[in-house]
Amino acid sequence: MADIQKLKKIASQVRRDIVRMVHACQSGHPGGSLGCTEFIIALYFEIMKHDKSFNMDGKGEDMFFLSNGHISPVWYSVLARSGYFDVAELATFRQIDSRLQGHPATHEGLPGIRVASGSLGQGMSVAIGVALSKKLNGDDKTVYVLTGDGELQEGQVWEAAMFAPHHKVDNLIVTVDYNRQQIDGPTSKVMSLGDLPAKWESFGWDVMVLEKGNDMEAVINGLKEAKSRLGKGKPVVILMKTEMGFGVDYMVGTHKWHGKAPNDELLAKALEQLEETLGDY
Amino acid sequence: MLDQIIDTGKKSTRDGFGAGLHELGKKNPNVVALCADLVGSLKMQPFIDEFPDRFFQVGIAEANMMGIAAGLATGGKIPFTGTFANFSTGRVYDQIRQSIAYSHKNVKICASHAGVTLGEDGATHQILEDVGMMRMLPGFTVINPCDYNQTKAATIAIADHHGPVYLRFGRPSWPNFTPADQKFEIGKALTLAEGTDVSVFATGHMVWKAVEAARELAKEGISVELINIHTIKPFDEEAVLKSVRKTGCAVTAEEHQMNGGLGDSVAQLLGRKLPVPMDYVAVNDSFGESGKPVDLMKKYGLDTSDIVEKVRNVIKRK
Repeated sequence: MADIQKLKKIASQVRRDIVRMVHACQSGHPGGSLGCTEFIIALYFEIMKHDKSFNMDGKGEDMFFLSNGHISPVWYSVLARSGYFDVAELATFRQIDSRLQGHPATHEGLPGIRVASGSLGQGMSVAIGVALSKKLNGDDKTVYVLTGDGELQEGQVWEAAMFAPHHKVDNLIVTVDYNRQQIDGPTSKVMSLGDLPAKWESFGWDVMVLEKGNDMEAVINGLKEAKSRLGKGKPVVILMKTEMGFGVDYMVGTHKWHGKAPNDELLAKALEQLEETLGDY
Repeated sequence: MLDQIIDTGKKSTRDGFGAGLHELGKKNPNVVALCADLVGSLKMQPFIDEFPDRFFQVGIAEANMMGIAAGLATGGKIPFTGTFANFSTGRVYDQIRQSIAYSHKNVKICASHAGVTLGEDGATHQILEDVGMMRMLPGFTVINPCDYNQTKAATIAIADHHGPVYLRFGRPSWPNFTPADQKFEIGKALTLAEGTDVSVFATGHMVWKAVEAARELAKEGISVELINIHTIKPFDEEAVLKSVRKTGCAVTAEEHQMNGGLGDSVAQLLGRKLPVPMDYVAVNDSFGESGKPVDLMKKYGLDTSDIVEKVRNVIKRK
């Protein structure tokens, strides 16, 4: 059984890390990072079998890919907090000579990252390739990938969405961060996504809608449910409803904090709302 | 040496790729292949027949193919992607840049139907910018073999090189003249004929045109040193400098835009280290068009006579 209280404490610390990292370099993407905190923590601290000593090929491990690479702060924090690298390194985020690039990269050798992302729409394809390699290797572990909802406007996503059911890639769980926001505003105004469950179903996916993407217990149960549906000839997609900026009152539910850093005053205001549970980096 | 270069019969370079891939499949169980609805054109069927579980048809979705290839490489496989050169580069440049090049994935991008020798399909398909695009990507290896035998050997050789590779070849039947048992060494230029008056650096289909040109020039008493630059990146600088130190001038020949290809590689090197008269045989800032390959090569300045003329002129400038 998951220790929900413990995971919630980790979430509070990860959220502190996110706002502090973005504040320190006065750039980066806090909104989506805060919205996906429960999901990334659930994967790394509860759901996935993974090795923090890090092997690129991930044989015998569950593997996670972040397609919407701009929410790197949450991933970096969770990787550090799960032991992939020292939490002190979070202070180097977006600074020169850092392994913590603005968008995730393999180039500087940061443990935990297996492919660069940031230019949107590519992560699902990569995750499919990894899932195929697992099948070829007789490896029964699962491949996870997170994509933004605005990212679904990229055509490549639908190329990948067509491929996975056709080739019965049923060791793959795609999660869509369904926060209904993107840089220029609500997705409904910028470019409507339409009936997403129907779209994915018509492409041949096993579709789940997770209503409470910022409720740790709901996320864990959702991921467990998704996992139980694997191995039946279909890939699984979770449309995970989250709130951008969750956990910091003035950032919640708006696209305005998609890619904006808080000033000193607003940082202090955010930190007041987030308990320091594991020690700041 | 020129006399010893013999056309043993026309075969396409894409057939060389298909044969090489099939052989590689038997040799290396980690080799997998992907294709975007052009199995017949890329001659991939023998590989598919023997290794159906190691082949992935992706449909007309090249961007997805590049991403999947990056993923397969991450999982320890050696993916070979197959489609036309246009759809292997320009169409998917950002996917290659981020998921393959920047991420340093061991993906082999195998690109057929490059250049005007694609023929009747016309300019939409006749990419002449691909070498330039691919050699700009940090860490990419770029190879443009000259005939069937060399394409087959290159296909096999790139599986042993860890890192992203762009392998460019073409559609038409073309003289097959390199030795069938010649080992392919990535990055090592091959001297086909030693000479003293001019260095001709050629790549891909143009190597045979350069052989023909060298023979014509020999009749005029011009001694051509002919070098096959099958690997454009990493570039064999030493081979180029060594030859030019001897001949004092250079002509390049490629089925590509003048901008960005082999000629620019040579010009950059000579400009920095050994300025001498040089000229390009290449397409001069133009798109191609429909037509027979032989007519197109004439019209776009890629014929034997173009090499001959450029050589005469460059020698005068010495």
